[in-house]
Amino acid sequence: MSVLVEEILSNVKPADAPAAKPSARDFQSDQDVRWCPGCGDYSILAQTQRILPDLNIPREKMVFISGIGCSSRFPYYMETYGFHGIHGRATAIASGLKMARPDLSIWVITGDGDGLSIGGNHMIHLMRRNIDVNVILFNNQIYGLTKGQYSPTSEKGKVTKSTPLGSIDYPFNPASLALGSSCTFVARSMDRDPKHMQTVLKRAAEHKGTSFVEMYQNCNVFNDGAFFTFTEKESRDENVLYLEHGKPLIFGKEKDKGIHLDGFTPTVVSLKDGKHSVSDLIVHNEKDSTLAFILANMTYQENLPRPIGIFQSLERPTYDAMMTQQIESSIEKRGKGTMEKLLNAGETWTIQ
Amino acid sequence: MVKTTKSLDEVTIRFAGDSGDGMQLTGTQFTNTSAIMGNDLSTLPDYPAEIRAPQGTLFGVSGFQIHFGSKEINTPGDQCDVLVAMNAAALKVNLRSLVNGGAIIVNTDGFNDKNLKLAGYEANPLNNDSLSKYQVFQVDITKLTNLALADMNLPQKIVDRTKNFFALGMMYWIYNRSIGSTIEWVNDKFKSKADIAEANIRVLKAGWNFAETTEIFSVRYDVKPASLAPGKYRNITGNQATALGLVAAANKAKLDLFLGSYPITPASDILHDLSMYKQYGVKTFQAEDEIAGVTGAIGASFGGALAVTTTSGPGLALKTEAIGLAVMVELPIVVVNIQRGGPSTGLPTKTEQADLLQAIYGRNGEAPVPVIAASTPGDCFYSVFEASRIALKYMTPVMFLSDGYLGNGSEPWLIPNPESLPDISPKFRTDPNGYLPYLRDEKTLAREWAIPGTPGLEHRIGGLEKEDKTGNVSYDPENHERMVRLRAEKVERIANDIPPAQVEGDEKGDLLVVGWGGTYGAIRTAVEQKRAEGKSVSHLHLHYLNPLQKNVGEILYNFKHVLVAEINLGQLIKVLRAKYLVPAVGLNKIQGLPFKASEIEKKIDEVLGNSK
Ligand code: SF4
Repeated sequence: MSVLVEEILSNVKPADAPAAKPSARDFQSDQDVRWCPGCGDYSILAQTQRILPDLNIPREKMVFISGIGCSSRFPYYMETYGFHGIHGRATAIASGLKMARPDLSIWVITGDGDGLSIGGNHMIHLMRRNIDVNVILFNNQIYGLTKGQYSPTSEKGKVTKSTPLGSIDYPFNPASLALGSSCTFVARSMDRDPKHMQTVLKRAAEHKGTSFVEMYQNCNVFNDGAFFTFTEKESRDENVLYLEHGKPLIFGKEKDKGIHLDGFTPTVVSLKDGKHSVSDLIVHNEKDSTLAFILANMTYQENLPRPIGIFQSLERPTYDAMMTQQIESSIEKRGKGTMEKLLNAGETWTIQ
Repeated sequence: MVKTTKSLDEVTIRFAGDSGDGMQLTGTQFTNTSAIMGNDLSTLPDYPAEIRAPQGTLFGVSGFQIHFGSKEINTPGDQCDVLVAMNAAALKVNLRSLVNGGAIIVNTDGFNDKNLKLAGYEANPLNNDSLSKYQVFQVDITKLTNLALADMNLPQKIVDRTKNFFALGMMYWIYNRSIGSTIEWVNDKFKSKADIAEANIRVLKAGWNFAETTEIFSVRYDVKPASLAPGKYRNITGNQATALGLVAAANKAKLDLFLGSYPITPASDILHDLSMYKQYGVKTFQAEDEIAGVTGAIGASFGGALAVTTTSGPGLALKTEAIGLAVMVELPIVVVNIQRGGPSTGLPTKTEQADLLQAIYGRNGEAPVPVIAASTPGDCFYSVFEASRIALKYMTPVMFLSDGYLGNGSEPWLIPNPESLPDISPKFRTDPNGYLPYLRDEKTLAREWAIPGTPGLEHRIGGLEKEDKTGNVSYDPENHERMVRLRAEKVERIANDIPPAQVEGDEKGDLLVVGWGGTYGAIRTAVEQKRAEGKSVSHLHLHYLNPLQKNVGEILYNFKHVLVAEINLGQLIKVLRAKYLVPAVGLNKIQGLPFKASEIEKKIDEVLGNSK
C-alpha cells in the first residue's frame, strides 16, 4: 500500500468501536430496496447480510461491486463501500481494486447477462488469475431489467420477446464454465434455500482466491418458476443432489438413490433394489477437480438430479498475493526506488 | 591516404534495411552515442507493422532517421543527407527522403537479382546512372562481416545479424564518434553470451577500420557539441518519458501507481517500462482487453491509487464507456493515448493527431474530460505529470495525448531535480462527521476522495445519475441538469489553475501558427526560419486542449491571420473556430508522417502572400 493510504488508514479511529458483534442490520443501507415484490434477490440480500457479521471483517473493509441488471442494484442496499459499475465490468473493476488494495474483502454481484454475456471475458480471466474476490452470479435465466429477453443461460427453445419462435442459443452451464476457467472455488446454491446459501456464502468468503457462486434466482416477473423443480418442496428431494464433501452422493425423498460412476458417466442407482449399496456411490471430494467437472456436467441432463453445493475448492496462490510478492522481492533485490535513481538511470552525460 | 576533416553544424542520417536487419537498434546506438557526445538531436523511427516482413520486400523496409547537430535541433530533419541502405528495397523506399547531392552508402550484397526483383528494379541502380545525382559508396558489408568473423565458427544466422554493426562502425568513423558506449552496451546486453558480444564488437571495429583505411571515404566530419543548457542529460523517447513521468507523479502524490493496460502499438513500451519499476511500488496489470485495462484502473482509483491506462486510438474507442463512468463517479484516472493513424486499425506504426476530437468529445452524454498534449519526447514527462496533478486535484479522468512520433522519437533530456517537482498528494477524507460523497470543494468543485478502509465513510457510487451532494441515485430532472452543469463547470475551472499560454515570437503580428502535440519541433523550425527572413510570424503551441488556457482568445485576436497546422483533417481548428469565431485556415497532412518544416514554411508564405 502507498505511503499515503497507509498513513490515512492507520490514523483513522475505528468507528465508535461496536460494543457487540455487528448484526445483519448493520449491513443494511438507508436506501429502499426496489426489486419487484417476490423477487429472489431479496433472499440473497438477506442471507448475505446475515453471514457478513460472522466473517470478523470490519464493515469498512468490505466492498460490493456490481455491473448492470436487476441484481446489480445490490451494492446500494449494503452499508459497506459499494460500486455500481457499467455493464459486464464489475469483475474488472474488482480486479483492479483488489490489486491496489489486497487488504479489502471484495464481492462482485452480477447476473447471467452481466457476468456471462457482456462480461463473459472479464469473468473467465478473473477466475483463471485467481484474484481473491467473491463472485455471486444471480442466475435467473432471463434479462429482467430490459424486460424479458432470453439470456445466455436460458434453455434452448425459450420463447421470449426477442425469441418469438423459441431461442436457438445453447445455454452456458456457469459451473462448467467456471471450472473450465480454472476457478479455484466453484459452487451453486438457490435463493429458496437460505440455510444452504448461508453455508456456501460463508465458505466462499473464507476461500483465498476467486470464489464463484452460481445462485439460482427466481425472476417472478419474467421467468417465474424457472427453478421450481429444484426449490419447491414437492419436487426438490427427487431432483436435487446436495454435494457434501466426504459424503456419498445420495438423494431422493427416502434417501434411496445415489450417483454411481459408470466409466466417466454418472448414473442414478437405486439403493433399494438390492443391486447397489452405498459403497457403489461416488464420494464427493471438493479437492478432486476431475470429479468436479463430471458433477458440473450433470447440469441440464434430463435423467440426473441437479447438483447443488460446492463443486470444487482448491488452493492455488492468488494473483494479488503474487503481485505484492514480486514488488517486495524487487525492493529487496534492487532497493526501494527513489526519484534520484529513477531519473538518473541509464547512460547520462553532463554539460557544464 | 590523407583524409580531411570537415566541420558541420547539423546532419541527418537515415539507416534503412530489412525489418530483420536491426536498423532500429543501429539508429538507437548512433543516437545514444551522439547524445553522449553532446549533440542536440531528434529521431524518427519508421518501421513496418509486420514484425518480420518477408525479406527484401518494399513493405518490409525499416528505417531510422536521426538529425543531430551543434545547433538547436527540433525535428528529425525534412530530408536526409546520408542514406545507409542495406538492400535494394531500402534504397527504393527511402531515396525520395534523400537531398539532391546526398550520400548513399549501400551494402552491395543486398542488390543481387532476387533483391532487385523484390524491390521492383529492372536494372541494378548501382550499375547505371540513375543515382548520378548522389554520391554513392558501395561496400560489400555482408562479405566484410563474414571475413571479420571467419575464425569464430558462428552459425551464419548470427553472423548475418551483426552486419548492421559494420554499417554502424563506418558511420561512427565518418562522423568521428566514439565507439565506446556501443561496446559497453554490447557487453551488457550479451553478458551471458560472450561469443555474440565479441562478434558484434569485432564487426563494429571492422566497420570503423574499413572506413579509416580504405580509400572509399576520404572525408570525415566533425559535428561539435551543441550549446545545451548545463546539467545532466540522458537520451529519452516520449514513451520512456511518459513512464518516468507517471512514476514521478505517483511518488509526488505519495500514492502507488497502478497501470491497467492491453498491449497495443505504439503504446506498449510504456507498459514494458512500467513493469520494470516494481521496486517503485508500481503495479502493472496486463488486462484481458482494453476495457478491463481502464475499468481495472477505475477500481484501483476507488481504492486510492494513482491509476492509469495506456492505449492507442482503437483502444481508446473501446475505453470510451468506462471513461464516462469515471466522469460520473468523479474518480481520478489518467488515460494515456499514444495516437496512431486511423480510422479502425489504420496505420499502427505511423503517427497521426486525429484523436483530438475523440479525446475532448468522444463519449455518450455530456462527459467533459480535461485533455493535455505533450509537444516533444522529453515534454511527455512534464505533461503526463501535469495530467496526473489535475486528475488528483479535480477528481476526474484526464486524457494525456502523445503520438507515435513522440512516443518512439527521442531527444536529449535535461534530467530534472526531483525537488523541483511539486507535491501533488491528495487529501483523503477521513472525518465521518457530515460526510456526503458528492459534497464539493468550493473552489475546484472536486468531490472528496474517501477510500474503502476508512470507518464511517462507507458509501456507494456508480454510473447512474447522482443526486447533488448525497450521491444517491436520482432521476430528478432539475438535479440532472444541475449535475451536468456542475461536472462541466468543474472541468472549466481547471483553466484557473494552469499557466497562461505563451507565444513564441511577437505577441502581435501578421500570422500566428497554432499547433498542438508532436508538431512542435517542425512548427518552431519553420517559424524561426520565416522570422529570420523578416516575416511577422509567431508560434502558439497548445498543451492544454481542454479546457483551453484563458488567454488563448486574446492571443488569436492579436494576429491578422491564424494558421492551424495539424496531422489530421482539421480538429483543433474546429475547436478554435467554435470557441473564438476566428477565421483560421488549416494546414493538414494525413500521411502517417510528421510535418516537414519546409511544408509549414511553404504554407506560411502562401498565407502571407495571399494577405497582400
Ligand atoms: S424483473 Fe425479475 S429479477 Fe428483476 S427485480 Fe423483478 S423479479 Fe427480480
